[in-house]
Amino acid sequence: MRQSVDTASLKPLTVPMPTTEKPRGLLPRGARRMAMLCQAPSVILLLLWMIVPLVMTVWFSLLHYNLMDEGRQFIGVMNYVYLFTDPSLTDALLNTLVLVVGVLLASVVLGTLIALLMNQPMHGRPVVRLLVIAPFFVMPTVSALIWKNMLMNPVSGLFAWVAHLFGFPGFDWFANAPLLSVGIIVAWQWVPFAALILLTALQSMDREQLEAAALDGARPLVLFRRIIAPHLARPVTVVILIETMFLLSVFAEILVTTGGGPGDDTTNLPYLIYKTALLDYDIGGASAGGLLAVVLANLVSIFLVRTVAKSLDR
Amino acid sequence: MSKASQQRAMRKLVFTLIGWVVGLLMAFPILWMALTAFKTERQAVETPPALFFHPTLESFATVLATTNYLRFVFNSVAIAGGATLLSVALALPCAYAMAFHPSPRTKGILMWMLSTKMMPAVGVLVPIYLLFRNLHLLDTRTGMIGIYTLMNLPIVIWMLYSFFRDVPHDIVEAGLLDGANTRQQILRLLLPLTAPGVAATILLNLVLCWNEAFWSINLTATNAAPLTAFIATFSSPEGLFWAKLSAASLLAVAPIMVVGLATQRHLVSGLTFGAVK
Repeated sequence: MRQSVDTASLKPLTVPMPTTEKPRGLLPRGARRMAMLCQAPSVILLLLWMIVPLVMTVWFSLLHYNLMDEGRQFIGVMNYVYLFTDPSLTDALLNTLVLVVGVLLASVVLGTLIALLMNQPMHGRPVVRLLVIAPFFVMPTVSALIWKNMLMNPVSGLFAWVAHLFGFPGFDWFANAPLLSVGIIVAWQWVPFAALILLTALQSMDREQLEAAALDGARPLVLFRRIIAPHLARPVTVVILIETMFLLSVFAEILVTTGGGPGDDTTNLPYLIYKTALLDYDIGGASAGGLLAVVLANLVSIFLVRTVAKSLDR
Repeated sequence: MSKASQQRAMRKLVFTLIGWVVGLLMAFPILWMALTAFKTERQAVETPPALFFHPTLESFATVLATTNYLRFVFNSVAIAGGATLLSVALALPCAYAMAFHPSPRTKGILMWMLSTKMMPAVGVLVPIYLLFRNLHLLDTRTGMIGIYTLMNLPIVIWMLYSFFRDVPHDIVEAGLLDGANTRQQILRLLLPLTAPGVAATILLNLVLCWNEAFWSINLTATNAAPLTAFIATFSSPEGLFWAKLSAASLLAVAPIMVVGLATQRHLVSGLTFGAVK
């Protein structure tokens, strides 16, 4: 059904020639209709994409609906009662929070440091830049498996080999610090993103102002606090908001490394919902969890949309 | 050489050193993977790990011979390419109208589109999965193309809009007076003017589709699985065959990394919805 809408937009749309002088700020009727027709397919598709699944999620969350017995029965808010009294949810929320905040901290701190470094004169800077940014383009399943198997493996991994060189035993990352291990892998993908954005912001800074301040004898730390940090405030906000969106839904990295374990130690909200839906076939319960995820993400998105809206007003 | 310029050269040398160390450390897992891909399984697990060795294509041959590798590549290309084509086709007229015939509602619509991007995939996993099951779209390329088109449509519209907005209105209006219709205006006037921006939009969209792992893992199996889902199967004991894992991963990552690194400048404005330029 969705497919039928978009083909219409591909047909050539003809604009009637404006016959009269058009008044300022107002489009002639024909052009206005054309503008609406141009936007309609995208708007309608996105509207469906947003509303249909959401309404279904809300409805399913009020049902006892398990794919194993196929019976559906209205049970009111019982799925929510069940969800909020489930100790797994507390764990999942906590893990989600730790993962998001931890990776954000790493991204902002390391990202700023790397961006400042990349902004310095050096030989072969374009190559260094590529090296730093490259991890962002590695698909999550690949980065997770390379880290887990080849670097963090307690027996034959490279980290273990380095530890042995210094006379330490190999550290079993995923057994002793599972959430930290997942966090490191995720951070490795997102620090480059922060660095790239902050570097772009740094490069748009007023060079003369910086040089004048440096000539006046301002020490680097003062320079950073007084001039650079205020300039980075907005890009850092943007990094935090965008990364939060993605970090709230970290999934593949957990699936291929720990499968949410040991126990629930690395189960975050998306993974909990995935387990409920596709491993336990509990559609009602997973929908209730899904709705919780939507609400959480929307709280974040309100701030992001506001920040971005400001940039539209320039 | 004066003292000041000597000092500057020294400074540059120090930063070069630190910069390269940081860069090599960040990229190390990728470089290590690339190196391991050219080893034999025995060499791959050897200690101390060899930096210099006789490179072999054995692991690539194994991957190609023992898995349906080319099928997954084809799926990735078809899904990412199809979704990108479709979303650009949808977004072009939309972004054009928003940039050149804005109405009082345009800003609101743009912000709303951005907010649909905030919908966490996992929040709608259940209904999408069931819809797909009932419509027989599970494990089909068509279904994946549909999902990725909708998933990235807001980003594509936003990027195109931000590039179109920088084009002077006079040019398009001149085209209008010459009697060009909407399609001609977009194809003959706008696209040549904004070609680099449109190219960046397409490339970024390819990267996002290529690397997407949530929907691909949950909605595909053997038939329509792209590379992200295929590599996920290495999480089983398969992952212990490092050379094979590396070879498969390198093949999966290399093409899109080239694309991604080529477009990194526009990536920033694209991924931040124009908030950072």
